Amino acid sequence: MFDAQWRDYMPYVSSNDPCPPIRVKWYVVPPNQYIAFQPMNLPQYSLDEALRRGTLWPALYSPYPSRREVKGGKANG
Amino acid sequence: MWIYEKKLQYPVKVSKCDPRMARYLVEQYGGADGELSAALRYLNQRYSIPDKVVGLLTDIGTEEFAHLEMIATMIYKLTKDATPEQLEAAGLGTHYVNHDSALYYNNAAGVPWTAAYIQAKGDPITDLYEDIAAEEKARATYQWLIDYTDDVDIQDSLKFLREREIVHSMRFKEAVEILKADREQKKFY
Repeated sequence: MFDAQWRDYMPYVSSNDPCPPIRVKWYVVPPNQYIAFQPMNLPQYSLDEALRRGTLWPALYSPYPSRREVKGGKANG
Repeated sequence: MWIYEKKLQYPVKVSKCDPRMARYLVEQYGGADGELSAALRYLNQRYSIPDKVVGLLTDIGTEEFAHLEMIATMIYKLTKDATPEQLEAAGLGTHYVNHDSALYYNNAAGVPWTAAYIQAKGDPITDLYEDIAAEEKARATYQWLIDYTDDVDIQDSLKFLREREIVHSMRFKEAVEILKADREQKKFY
């Protein structure tokens, strides 16, 4: 579900580029971008879960997998 | 590449002999939120920003250079005919011993311009937020400059430049919205 926080684009690639091209690049848009003013009474994580994740609210949670992990699909390319 | 048009983006007329104002206008020439910082910031960030907003950064960065030469014109007109004594009386004595009447990229306190004024973090949302903040800071600086002169002709040019900051901020905010788009789109790989 957090894949919805990622965007991709295809930068221009030239036949004269010196290195093998990275055809798809990724960037993250964290969920705070869509909440102008946080409404009251949003669902909450349990306290243990909130301490681990860094936020009390699932609506604000934004995981960031290392882009060195190709498995996560967010590595460049 | 660029094509140069040998005229200012908006007329600059200076009606009052007031070298003191040059000392303050230089904040927008070589200051942290000045036009040089703005131009270099946008024209550098554009290489690593998604293609959809590259053109916006190119266009706005180019316009910032047009603003830079408007500010330069104001400073030059205010200082070119001032004697060393008049420059010293205007608080520009330290500028005179270092630069004569030449313009220089420093802020109103005489601190030289540094690349540390600009940032390129590489994260598109982060870079655009820096750009929005930079436009609002420049708008505020223009307000304080307008407050500091009673020359209505300089005020007129500064008001134009202030308005451009507002428009640029709006365009950068639109760029954020463009980069936020296609949220609902399912992706399969």
